[in-house]
Formats: sequence, C-alpha cells, structure tokens
Amino acid sequence: MINLPLLPILIPLLTGVLLMFFTKQLWMQRIVSFLSTLLTIGVSLYLVFQVKAQGILTVTLGSWPAPFGITLVSDMLSALLVLTTSLLVFFVIWYSMTYLSEQHQRFYYYIAVQFLLVGVNGAFTTGDIFNMFVFFEVFLISSYVLIVLGGKPAQLRESLKYLLVNVISSALFVMTVAFLYGIIGTLNMADISQKIAEINQPGILSVIAILFLVVFGLKGAIFPLYFWLPGSYQVPPTPVLALFGALLTKVGVYGILRTYSLFFSNEVGIIHSLLGGLALATIIIGVIGALATKDAKQILIYNIIVAVGVILYGVSVMTRQSLEGAVFYLLHDMLIKAALFLLVGIMIGIAGSSRLKSMGGMIKDYPLLGWTYFIAALSLAGIPPFSGFIGKLLIVRGGIEAGDLVGPFIVLASSLLVLYSVMQIFIRGFWGTPKTYTGSRRHLVKQLIAPTILLVTITVAYGVGAEAVRPFITQAVDPLVDPSIYIQAVLKGG
Amino acid sequence: MAIAAGILTMCAVYLILSKSILRIIIGTGLLSHAAHLIVITMGGLKTGAAPVLEEGVTKYTDPLPQALVLTAIVISFGVTAFFLVLAYRAYQELGTDNIEEMKGTDTND
Repeated sequence: MINLPLLPILIPLLTGVLLMFFTKQLWMQRIVSFLSTLLTIGVSLYLVFQVKAQGILTVTLGSWPAPFGITLVSDMLSALLVLTTSLLVFFVIWYSMTYLSEQHQRFYYYIAVQFLLVGVNGAFTTGDIFNMFVFFEVFLISSYVLIVLGGKPAQLRESLKYLLVNVISSALFVMTVAFLYGIIGTLNMADISQKIAEINQPGILSVIAILFLVVFGLKGAIFPLYFWLPGSYQVPPTPVLALFGALLTKVGVYGILRTYSLFFSNEVGIIHSLLGGLALATIIIGVIGALATKDAKQILIYNIIVAVGVILYGVSVMTRQSLEGAVFYLLHDMLIKAALFLLVGIMIGIAGSSRLKSMGGMIKDYPLLGWTYFIAALSLAGIPPFSGFIGKLLIVRGGIEAGDLVGPFIVLASSLLVLYSVMQIFIRGFWGTPKTYTGSRRHLVKQLIAPTILLVTITVAYGVGAEAVRPFITQAVDPLVDPSIYIQAVLKGG
Repeated sequence: MAIAAGILTMCAVYLILSKSILRIIIGTGLLSHAAHLIVITMGGLKTGAAPVLEEGVTKYTDPLPQALVLTAIVISFGVTAFFLVLAYRAYQELGTDNIEEMKGTDTND
C-alpha cells in the first residue's frame, strides 16, 4: 500500500489550514499558495506516472479492509483529472495575484481556493460514494465563498440562487445514497458495482440511476437543469469564473461518468439512451445561448454547457472509442475553458466591461493577446491539429460505429457554431476601429498574459502531442469499459 | 418513517416554492431533515443490540447510517448557517427578501 493518492488532497488541505494563521500577510498567502500548488502539481504528475507503471493505486483509510473502510482509488482517469485540476488552480492563482484587487485577495481568497482544490481532488480520487458527497460539499462550500467574495449586490443576489440550487441537489444526493444503501447495503463503489451485477440490476436501480443523473446533472448543467448556470456564473470575477467553469461542472460530468460506467453498465438500455438524448439537447441549448448573447463572458459560459453535452454524448454511447474521446475531450475542455476565461478576463480588464459593444480594435495595441485568443478559439472548436479535434473525432467515430447518425451530426454542427460564437468575440473585440479604453487593469496586461500563454501552450502541446498522451487515455478508459479491473484493484488491496 | 420523510419533503417543497427567502431557508432545512430520516430508515431501524462485536452477538443494529447521518447533519447545519448570513447580507444590500424582486434581468451586466 502506498499513500501517494492521498497527497494531492492533503497538501492543499494543510496549506489552507496554514494560511488561516496568516490572514493579514498577503505576500505570505501568495507565496505559500503558489509554492504549494506547484508541489501539488509535482505530486500529481508523479502519481500519474506511478499509476502508469503499477496500475490502479488504492489507499484504505485507517487500514480498514476495502468494503468496510473508506477507500481512495487512483486509477488513470482520476490521476489525470487531479493533475489537470492542480495545473489549472496553479495558473488561476498566478493570474489572480495581479488580476484581483488587493482588497479582494485579502479576504480568505487563497484559503477558499485551496479548499476548492481539496474538494475537487478528493471527489476525483475517492472510491466511496458517501465520501464523494462529503468532498462535493467541501468544494461547494468553498465555491459559495468564492462566488460571494466581493459582496456586490448582483453577487449576493446570484449566490443566493446558486446556494439554493446546490443545497437542494445535495439533499437529493444524500437521499440517492440512502436508497442505494438500502438496496445494496454497501457504500464502496467497487463493492456496489459487484453487488449490482450479482442481483441482476432490478428495476429500482433505474430510479437510482435517474436520481444520480439529476444530482450530477445539476452540478454539471445538463439540459433541463442548466438554468442556474448562466446567471450565477456571470457575477464572480473572471479568475474565479475560470475555476468554476473548468472544474465544478466537470466534477458533475465525472460523477456521471463514474457511476454510469461502474454501477449501471450491465444493462445499456433506457438510461443510456436518456442520457444521450439529454446530452444532445444540452448541446443544442448551449449553442443557441452562445449565439444569442452579445456578452463575451456569456458566450463562454454557454460554451461550458455545449462542452458538457459533447462529453456526455461520448459517455452515453459507451463504446471504447467514444469513452476515449469523452475522456480526452474532458481534459482538453478543462484546460481550454480556463485559458479562454483568463484571456477574456484580460479583455474585460482592458475594456472595463464584458459587453462586446465596448470592445474593438484591440489587435493594434495588444497583438499577442489577440493571436493567443485566436489559437485558443480554434482549439476550442476542434480545428486540427489542436486538442479539441482528437476528442471530437473519437466521439463522432464512436457514435457512428454505434449506429447513431443524429448524435455525431449534432456534435459536428455544434463545433461549427461554437467556432462562430467564439470568433464573434475575436471579430468584435480585436478587429474594427480601436477605441480608447478605460478599464482599470489595462496596464497589467503584460503580467496577466504570462500565465495565460503558458496555459494555452500546454493545451496546444496536449493536442499536438496527442500520440504521447494516447496511452494514458487508453489506460484511463480500461476500467470504464471493463469495471472488473476497477473492482479487483479495490477489493484485493487493503 | 418513510411516510414522515415524505411529508417533510412535501412541506419542504411547498416552502421552497414560496417567495420569502426565510421560508425558502426553512424549506431547505426541512428537506435535509427528510434526507437524514431516509438514511436512517434505509439502514434499518433498531433490530437488535448495540453493534459491539462480541461472542454471542448475532443481531445488531447497522452503525453505518448513524455515522452517515451525523456527517450529513453537520454539513447541512454549516450550509444553513451560511445561507442565513448570506440572506441577511442580501437583505441589507438589496433591500428586499422577496425572491421575485431578485430576478436581475434589467440590471444584468
């Protein structure tokens, strides 16, 4: 047994606790959180290679043997997600140091970010369904703090709604786990999967599957449950928005991916076609929203919804190829969404407003920003050789091989419209006659662009170097296609 | 017990659908109570002795749901406290506790 999977959770937790003692020293907060996140990246990178070499790693807390105690499981999927999460948080922290006002940073900002990292990494790593609920609460509570920090009236108004939606979905989560426990009598995800296979998936499990879809769907913003997202994500400052858009919805997607592949994989029937239908509806709604709005932030926010739909479509097809595509696209989307939010954040910082009307001609004064945005936008839409292309290609091929033509068509059509919607930001923001800008952060562009360019470079490398990434993705998909790998790894250890 | 949880959920839904923010918060409190009650019910109520592993103990109550409920109660307590403070701050800033007046479509910037 090796305690490595625990470290990406422990390091930010200890950092968060440590920072609470130095709430007044801002420089200390910055340096400590910068360095500790760097350490987290290092550890998760090591974790990825360790998982590559040794297969799935498990830690049973308190050395209780597997089905009884809480188990942390690092398979390749969760290790890769943990690595991506830590990377993003690192760049966001770097970016926040100059972007946010000092006042804003002083009020427990870095502490909340660290606890967000604890929660997200924990939710990706845990192998116990109730423990997953606890980690969900950890990052939700941090996200409540982050969304309301600043205390503008609009923020207070929207965070009330955000809080309400999430409280209800948490209550539903507890009820779902209770039903599952009542039927299966265990909370360990591997054990649940095994027991479900033994009792031949009775009808009540379909109800539980739908409940899980509602719970994770509320977090991940799938079609009928996305209503809270455009309003709530509009109000926090862009670095926080980058964290939310890149991480929080993706945890919901991960929840669906994990439960549907592990629990409900024996009978690929109604539940999966329902998921597929909802995913396609999500794509359509997201695209309509992105085309309809004239606000740079809102365009990207609706693109979060589109991406969730694309990934979940890949999940619903449930073939090896489509799952590989979904995982690849999931990682790609986390990186590129954060990069785009950071870029648009700079644009908002220059123009002083997120409305496209107030921008124009930025390419003259900020050419570097413009071309970085251009590359990021192409990458989001999936133009080869950038990273979005490979994920979408695999999803579409998986869909066609499964005999579905409508789904791949919608996915492809959506990427065209996504390209149009993000190009609108480019055309309206960078072309045209230059305006005189009054934004308060226009002198900070040089400092802000460094982390952003680095992040875009990583995304491009992820796409161009897809050949090198592919074995990792393949290993990540193995336990999704064949849950017995996961089950054996968890239940033999301890 | 299951019926009690159902009634609690019913009341919670009614309260959450009302306009006043305080009623909504009470509603979420009731909803989490309902969830906790379901956990306890699903784990099976008292069926035997305390869960102490000894020679001769064959029937014992499942201790796990109680541990789960304890965790869930603590979390919902914390969230409710935060919710109340947030509602108070929002009332100070916005001058209303009516959720109808918090739509924010005209001021959405």
